[in-house]
Amino acid sequence: MDLALSGEQRRFRTEVREFIRANVPDDVSAALRDGRSVGKDGLVRWTRILNAKGWSVPHWPVEHGGTGWGPIEQYIFQDELQLAPAPQMLPFGHQMVGPVIYTFGTEEQKRRFLPRIANLDDWWCQGFSEPGAGSDLASLSTRAVRAGDHYIVNGQKTWTTLAQHADWIFCLVRTDPNAPKKQMGISFLLIDMKTPGITVRPIRTIEGGHEVNEVFFDDVKVPVENRVGAENKGWDYAKFLLGNERSGIARIGATKERVRRLKEIARAEPAGGGAVWDNPRFREKVAALEVELKALEITQLRVVSGETKRTHGTPDPASSILKIKGSELQQAVTELTMEAIGPYALPFEPEHDEGWNEPPVGPDYAAPVAPGYFNTRKVSIYGGSNEIQKNIIAKAILGL
Amino acid sequence: MDFDLSEEQTLIKDSVSKLLKGEYDFEKRERHRAAPLGFSEEIWQSFAELGLTALPFTEDDGGLGGGPVEMMIAMEAFGRALVVEPYLASVVLAGGALRHAASAEQRAEILPGVASGETRLALALFERQTRHDPALIAMRATKDGEGYRLDGEKSLVLHGDSAHGFVVAARMAGSPGDTGGLGLFHVPADTEGLGRRGYATQDGMRAAEVQFSSVRVTADDVLGDPEGAYPVILRVIDEAIAALCAEAVGSMERMVELTTAFLKERKQFGMPIGGFQALQHRAAEMYMALEQARSMMMFAAMSAEEPDAVARRAAISAAKVQIGRSGRFIGQSAVQLHGGVGVTMEYEIAHHFKRQTMIDLAFGDADHHLALLGESGGLEAA
Repeated sequence: MDLALSGEQRRFRTEVREFIRANVPDDVSAALRDGRSVGKDGLVRWTRILNAKGWSVPHWPVEHGGTGWGPIEQYIFQDELQLAPAPQMLPFGHQMVGPVIYTFGTEEQKRRFLPRIANLDDWWCQGFSEPGAGSDLASLSTRAVRAGDHYIVNGQKTWTTLAQHADWIFCLVRTDPNAPKKQMGISFLLIDMKTPGITVRPIRTIEGGHEVNEVFFDDVKVPVENRVGAENKGWDYAKFLLGNERSGIARIGATKERVRRLKEIARAEPAGGGAVWDNPRFREKVAALEVELKALEITQLRVVSGETKRTHGTPDPASSILKIKGSELQQAVTELTMEAIGPYALPFEPEHDEGWNEPPVGPDYAAPVAPGYFNTRKVSIYGGSNEIQKNIIAKAILGL
Repeated sequence: MDFDLSEEQTLIKDSVSKLLKGEYDFEKRERHRAAPLGFSEEIWQSFAELGLTALPFTEDDGGLGGGPVEMMIAMEAFGRALVVEPYLASVVLAGGALRHAASAEQRAEILPGVASGETRLALALFERQTRHDPALIAMRATKDGEGYRLDGEKSLVLHGDSAHGFVVAARMAGSPGDTGGLGLFHVPADTEGLGRRGYATQDGMRAAEVQFSSVRVTADDVLGDPEGAYPVILRVIDEAIAALCAEAVGSMERMVELTTAFLKERKQFGMPIGGFQALQHRAAEMYMALEQARSMMMFAAMSAEEPDAVARRAAISAAKVQIGRSGRFIGQSAVQLHGGVGVTMEYEIAHHFKRQTMIDLAFGDADHHLALLGESGGLEAA
């Protein structure tokens, strides 16, 4: 047993770190450090830099542009992106629909979509949740009716992240409303966002930003060749996709980077004639967070190193721990950062995220902090809420 | 990076587990505990035969040359079975002090007996006013001709009632609060002037209050620098904490197992209570607390030999925080989910809860170590 990285793994980490830090655009890294959005343009630029290096879809099979790295190298790479900080790839293409296409799609679909995902030529969004189908996703009601070589899609998706930038959406739609079980009548469709009949309506989230949307489908014509896999088997592909989603969700490197930032802020922020950091109670709270983060990092490494021995596509149910604890820690660090800036959490200035030139009220680092705290409440809700994850642990691991 | 055990480590794990499976179910444990010494001399003998008592000592000292991972394996198994034999006291604590402080001659004289299990020692460290801080030790050691005279009282000495001898920390110079001036002395239990009062502990083990009145030892009984023992004491405590983390995790694992089984068996409202979501979520939280503790147990084992004392102490404190918090949560939850049987002496779960509680309080509880970590700037001191 040895928790330290091997010499080769350490060399790999150094190589990856040096490339990332030398090549991530300064404005993009600065936005992440400050807790601002990198925007579509920032993410596209960075994705193309990584893709030129051959690193934009490292976890994909080599024939589709993957690097052939093992699970530990993949982990190190993601960790280094988060620590730099540099943006991770847009998950909807890279993590979600890409693997579904190369696992279940036709040769034509692979040729058509995969290279454009890797280079972020197509911006994808995810059409799963509906107003009536959240945790109980299989109860979705968006309908697709076959009409010759097309489906006609009607219904509504919601919480569609960054749909305002999207070229394509992958959707779960009901193709057989009479199937004996609700999971059995669902198909997986790829839909061009430019198709007539699609309307995107922004939802402003709690911190004032525009991340999520409602997407309405009104007699939208989708060619049958844009269905992935068999008709009415979409639920199987969705489960495959959600299993992949969970393992990358802990974001330990990102939380580490946020803790570093928190310490900087606490040292700079005046309190009681000294700084917030001088308060032992505050430092204990930070230390408690670091303890759990270290534990989770090792738990993650245990899961990752176990993956080297698991068959592909069968996620470790222990990855539910990563989702729950990882999201709790992401939230805890935003909460402590807000505590550190204290009264300067008060001003509401969302325009700063959109390039406003007026100086913010209070210190520069304060403006994104309260929005970050409010926004981060989402992480224990998305990707299978933490309560759903506990159900998974109780059933799949404890056998209750 | 590799989480697998080596072939030799697997062998240790399998042999301890086999022994405890056969000789240490809960009923047998209660019988071992009722023996005159408060533990079973036969089991102690079996530990010696398996080489467990020799595990951390070098081959030159009559041991097997095991490191923190081997100790982790043994302690985790002991924790599952709620072993009451004086392994921590003799092998980890007193043995650790001898490993790190004693000269080659002293080790050659004392350690083979400890490694073979024939000699059981105890570490007399803390006093009424020290709480968890060895710098506050007040007991005096004074130069007395060629040797030394020891005067004072030691408190809560684990397995001090049955020990054949003691490693005693006493102050040659300075005053309580000074880290300098402390020495370690080897004192056989039958030395004149040494008195002890043994008693049972909450977690089913034994301890003693030990008095030293004009106890005389020779120059050969000083272990290392008679005024420079403080760093050694910290190191021994850190190794003991790493070992306790493993014991705690073994016990937590057993509690999760027992509780899950109980949730499946126990029926109320016409169904197994494990079908109720409130209880499922509590059980899932117990499982998470266990796995987080297991990760920090590994971290503690990996850090126990870290040469940089500051980094080592931070890592060990972090592990102790996690183990204390996880152990408390799992213990309280296990009792709660068992309902009435959880608060009876007859049932295993209560004894795990009690041991877990005492492990948290030993060598500084979670809050104590959190304060230390906070003071030093955290785990990733930046």
